[in-house]
Amino acid sequence: MSNAEWEVVIGLEVHVQLHTRAKVFASAPWGFGQEPNEQVDPVVLGLPGTLPVVNREAVEKAILFGLVVGAEIPAQCAWDRKNYFYPDNPKNYQLTQKDFPVTMGGKVEIELPGASRNVQGEHKFIRLHHAHLEEDVGKLSHSGSGSLVDYNRAGVPLLEIVSEPDLRSAGEAAAFLNALVMMLTQAGVADCDMEKGQLRCDANVSIRRRGETKLGTRSETKNLNSISGVRDCIIYETARQIRELEAGRAIVQETRGWNAENGRGYVLRDKEDAHDYRYFPDPDIPTLKISRETVQRLQKQVPESPYARQQRYIEKLNVPYTAASVLIAQQDLAQWFEAAVAAHPTNAAGIANLVVNDLLRELSASSGAAEGADIAKVSLASCRIQPAHLGALVKLTDEGTISKQQAKEVFSEMFQSGQSPVQIVESKGLKQNSDTGELEKIIQEVIADPSVAKSIAEYRAGNEKAINALKGPIMKRTQGKANPVLIDQLLRKALG
Amino acid sequence: MAQEIYQLSATEISQRLAKGELTSRALVEALMKRYHALNKKVGAFTHLDEADVLAQADASDARRKAGKILGPLDGIPVGIKDNIAVKGQPLTCSSKMLAPLVSPYDAHVIESLRAAGAILYGRLNMDEFAMGSSTENSAVQKTYNPWDLARIPGGSSGGSAAALSAGLVPLALGSDTGGSIRQPASHCGIIGLKPTYGLISRYGLVAFASSLDQIGPMARTIDDCVLLLNALSSPDARDMTCFDKNHRKQLPEVAAKSLRIGVPKGVLGKGVGAEVAAATQAAIDFYKSQGCTIIEVDLPSSDLAVPTYYVVATAEASSNLARYDGVRYGHRSANAKTPIEMMTNSRSEGFGPEVKRRILLGTFVLSAGYADAYYVRALRARSKIRAEHLAALEKVDMLLTPTVPTPAFKAGEKVSDPLQLYLEDIFTIPANLAGLPALSVPCGKSGHLPVGFHLVGAPLSENKLLAAARLFEAAHGFANQLPTL
Repeated sequence: MSNAEWEVVIGLEVHVQLHTRAKVFASAPWGFGQEPNEQVDPVVLGLPGTLPVVNREAVEKAILFGLVVGAEIPAQCAWDRKNYFYPDNPKNYQLTQKDFPVTMGGKVEIELPGASRNVQGEHKFIRLHHAHLEEDVGKLSHSGSGSLVDYNRAGVPLLEIVSEPDLRSAGEAAAFLNALVMMLTQAGVADCDMEKGQLRCDANVSIRRRGETKLGTRSETKNLNSISGVRDCIIYETARQIRELEAGRAIVQETRGWNAENGRGYVLRDKEDAHDYRYFPDPDIPTLKISRETVQRLQKQVPESPYARQQRYIEKLNVPYTAASVLIAQQDLAQWFEAAVAAHPTNAAGIANLVVNDLLRELSASSGAAEGADIAKVSLASCRIQPAHLGALVKLTDEGTISKQQAKEVFSEMFQSGQSPVQIVESKGLKQNSDTGELEKIIQEVIADPSVAKSIAEYRAGNEKAINALKGPIMKRTQGKANPVLIDQLLRKALG
Repeated sequence: MAQEIYQLSATEISQRLAKGELTSRALVEALMKRYHALNKKVGAFTHLDEADVLAQADASDARRKAGKILGPLDGIPVGIKDNIAVKGQPLTCSSKMLAPLVSPYDAHVIESLRAAGAILYGRLNMDEFAMGSSTENSAVQKTYNPWDLARIPGGSSGGSAAALSAGLVPLALGSDTGGSIRQPASHCGIIGLKPTYGLISRYGLVAFASSLDQIGPMARTIDDCVLLLNALSSPDARDMTCFDKNHRKQLPEVAAKSLRIGVPKGVLGKGVGAEVAAATQAAIDFYKSQGCTIIEVDLPSSDLAVPTYYVVATAEASSNLARYDGVRYGHRSANAKTPIEMMTNSRSEGFGPEVKRRILLGTFVLSAGYADAYYVRALRARSKIRAEHLAALEKVDMLLTPTVPTPAFKAGEKVSDPLQLYLEDIFTIPANLAGLPALSVPCGKSGHLPVGFHLVGAPLSENKLLAAARLFEAAHGFANQLPTL
């Protein structure tokens, strides 16, 4: 197989559970980890005579998503019934939006991997076709004695985000999902906790010869529930399709499943067995008008996009790319960082460095996370340090009040106690000694000591580094409080 | 001869209760006595919890004693069609499929009736899932027309109509998707109103065809009908198709003399029984004599109504009835090895033949390759029918037709001919397709069998229709007539 000859074309359908209190057409609440069938009511169970009522909060979250990705918000949207029989489907039809979705179009900025970890990769926009608001179904499980069904998940609001076939590799698909997760979580639209099944994905994959403009026959792999699963599945599916075509066989349009354990796909059903969903407009839900006032109100809630933020950090704040990329992954982290910068605007890079390398590592360690866990996902919830205090710490260092070595000690103390660096410096008497007279006296005493005569001679002979041997004893005499920059200056002066 | 309690209208009962001449307990005891004497013969009720009824009556009497009655309906029994949910009572839709089901919640109209102090009085027989025009599709029992026990009462609200004309209950709830309130009302000589679509919440009404279904009052006098209608119509946030409080204002009434009544061209022609035509013509002549203007109107798409209805209604029904699969409630097949087999077998065993016929028809008209030819075209025809009716109702205050072309037929006569049976609804269906209020009013007899005429008005013109009917009722002796049983 030769990937150079073939181009893979990918479109994703991403199902995201929206962050709402109640279900999408019922007042029953939802959440993870409840006993089976506790989060149900007559509407969720589809009892005879019950009717759906659209949850405004869910519609507004969907609109907010649309605004986040720059989609068009049509003046109205409507729901259709998708009819199919399955025991986890309480009404044996699913309410979804076929012809009049809540958002149309839009695009998602993605970042492709760079040449190395520290190098920013290319940015690209992936167009969205639309996003529609529908209801989730329950869960069927089979035990030895029979089948069990839990309707807690039934009726949970799902936003199905449908991309255009703009993705060209498994890596791009993963980058798309990463960007989407950042946008969804930062706007408060969804939590996207994949371990709780809050984000699931169907991947449409086809291949064609490079240069070909017509799309090849696609397969659709359903229900991928992690970003790595999507990546693995696309790599597998690309290889499979290339193998088929190179062996002279045609690609069959089919619906496939993915076994994450053995890393293999399998056929669920082919085109002949495709469901006829008999869509028709739901007569229980009138067409929903979306006022421009609502759209304008929600527009104000749209946060700065992650990659716009990344660019601002790099270009305006001189934050290194890697640190900027970590900071943008979580909105509260970025806001925390910006609050710290506000307290000391002249060294954002130093603050970013401290946040990404020290703060997150400490938080990760104290939360008991395994070594090597993704620090971008560390929660700030347990952080005792005030952002302004962190800014102040960098300021103290930058102004020479404390040494870098002392700063580490102060940081450690701040992390434990939540005290301000000024308080810690004072209570511990850590202030750097910048008293020139006192230091000159100490320097005279130290260079008079015959044990350093050799170093002095070497320095005077042109060995620059020999001067460092003198700094240790000076520091020692000041209990480490001496300003190292000042020591260097005075020492050179004393040695002539 | 003193009037028996069972003969009293709800309005008369309300007055007697208010004056202390009657207690709710005495009332329900008299009605339950009649129930025991006649229900087997008529077959109107499928369930009556007598202890519960007595408890409700005693509670009402206690409220009255304490001077805390909840309104004019307090202490008055209302029979409930078995497709409207009452907490703790069976909700079977006269189907084997839901035979084991007890509702865990109240319909909006039931909450309203409870709040008005009405007594929820039993479950009334119906065509299975409201599909039929004779109540012969009930999986529970047959219901007979009290005017002639060899005949059908009409349907699907046949139990409600029969209970009223047999004097088993003074008020009843029906539901109407294509004529299911008005056609049995006509056959049983009572009043039946299908309100404007959206006036009454459907929350708790088991759906047959959601865009057509409305709950409505059935009674023996116009005043009673108004009494019940007022208790039923209120906004309900649980039904998105129910008007909110800003959109339910009735059109102004019009003085009888200035009423403009439209009669569709050729409506008393082909297919309408001679005596039905004569009784309808007499009603038209009566309104003319009162000074109303009679105007011939043209509704060219009326011929499309029945086929349009049977596409739209069955399409929605095929989806609405999909939930009955034995998984969560209702009949569950004992003969199944897998969940899918269990669902299939439960449905095969639980549904009767007419319901299956309509599910199959509805599934077909929505299927890929056929939906455009059937469902989509039916929606277009529906829009046309609605537009024509609304246009006609700009020029006239209401349309007048017979309710049903012919009087009640003999039990078993049309069981094997569903297409013939579908024509029973030819005059009533357009009001459902167009969402308009419509009323059947008794206007005479065809032989010994009651005949009704049918008024259709613009949206939210119930008051106009009821005022016109009241004018007719006051000048004739058809109100509150009970056959001798």
